[in-house]
Amino acid sequence: MTNTIRLELNDVAVEYGARRVLAGVTFDLRAGETLVVAGANGSGKSSLLRVICGLQRPARGTVTIRIGSATYGPSEALQALGWVAPDLQLYRELTAIENLAFFAVVRGLRHRQEDLEALLDEVGLGGRGGDLLAAYSSGMAQRLRYAYALLHNPPVLVLDEPTVTFDERGVALVERVIARQREHGITVIATNDPREERFGDYVLRLG
Amino acid sequence: MTARDTELSSRDPVREAPLLAAAWAVFRKDVRSELRTRYALNAVILFAASTVVALSLGMGPLTASRNADLPIIQAGLLWIAILFAAFTGLARAFVQEEEARNAAALRLAARPAAVFLGKLLFNLALLLLLVALTTVLFVIMLRVQVGNPMMLAAILLAGSLGLVAATTLIAAIIARASVKGALFAVLSFPLLAPLLVVAIQGSAAALLGRGWEYGVGPLQVLAGYTIALVVASLFLFNSVWEP
Repeated sequence: MTNTIRLELNDVAVEYGARRVLAGVTFDLRAGETLVVAGANGSGKSSLLRVICGLQRPARGTVTIRIGSATYGPSEALQALGWVAPDLQLYRELTAIENLAFFAVVRGLRHRQEDLEALLDEVGLGGRGGDLLAAYSSGMAQRLRYAYALLHNPPVLVLDEPTVTFDERGVALVERVIARQREHGITVIATNDPREERFGDYVLRLG
Repeated sequence: MTARDTELSSRDPVREAPLLAAAWAVFRKDVRSELRTRYALNAVILFAASTVVALSLGMGPLTASRNADLPIIQAGLLWIAILFAAFTGLARAFVQEEEARNAAALRLAARPAAVFLGKLLFNLALLLLLVALTTVLFVIMLRVQVGNPMMLAAILLAGSLGLVAATTLIAAIIARASVKGALFAVLSFPLLAPLLVVAIQGSAAALLGRGWEYGVGPLQVLAGYTIALVVASLFLFNSVWEP
């Protein structure tokens, strides 16, 4: 199963008005592979990741997720994608558990309170599931983003600035998540921190 | 593989949640958020109450002895109060998702039809609360006599369904615009004008105490209007919601 997952980008371009920030991005990733997209601010890293997730339309080109013999566009394969990014905001007026329970239901996942608590434990938020997200620090909110992204165990994990706002233990969490994802899926990471290039099998430099 | 994996994971990339369960989850999430933040509720209640109080202070009791055309005036005033209070609150369901930047998380997790139906239900609950409050205040403070209360309730319910059906899709359209409030009113009014005419005429008949034979026509029009707009919205919502 694991080696049948592929993420293919073909000639993807992103434009904002007359300004082209990406042109002709093409790559093909298989299960177990990690790609690091590196570049300075404004080079189009986050835009590329949003295109992969179907959150932004490319000006040109295609994104295809292949699982077995079936092919999907990003917006057709919501269960295949997990996304962590500074742009990702969960509901501040809900608790962490309420956030996860809501997203589990809308994703059609069977879930029990213990499962969600176990997930929170995994991302270092054990015992804090009943707190409103509004009371979380930025590092805790980032941990909850990981719980949101991992909730459905997606075959394609997309991480934008994965260690931003994290302390050392948070960085260790990111390392664990990426190592685990290698066992069954694909990871795409965008970063402008050269130290994070060590996560990748390949590095795509933009800008 | 952990116990969590077996319970929570989904290996089917296009498997979708049951539509009604997901829509109900969106509705419950919006109700819970609203009860904690009161973004829409406070605005709607304040607007409804202040409108009726202003009418009451300015016009005094609208008793039957004052004017033979009174029921149509009363019905018009009631629906205007409902409409303007609704304008202040019904756009919030989508605007809040965009302003708080929660929309991306929702887009990645939920199918568009579930989002639309959940928001529709939330707007309906909010509007029914508003209509109940406005009508009770209106009847008490302006001393309005209601000849056929059941028919008035039916017209108000059918009109509310139509109003919500028309405005929920427009709320999604304007959520990413920069001049949300003005755009919401401008886009909604042409759609709502026929609904208002029928709802006002039906409400006037109910206030006059006419029989159900005068209410069936408006109720049929309002029901047809609602069904047409909900079906059209379900078809159009994908292109509005997706980037």
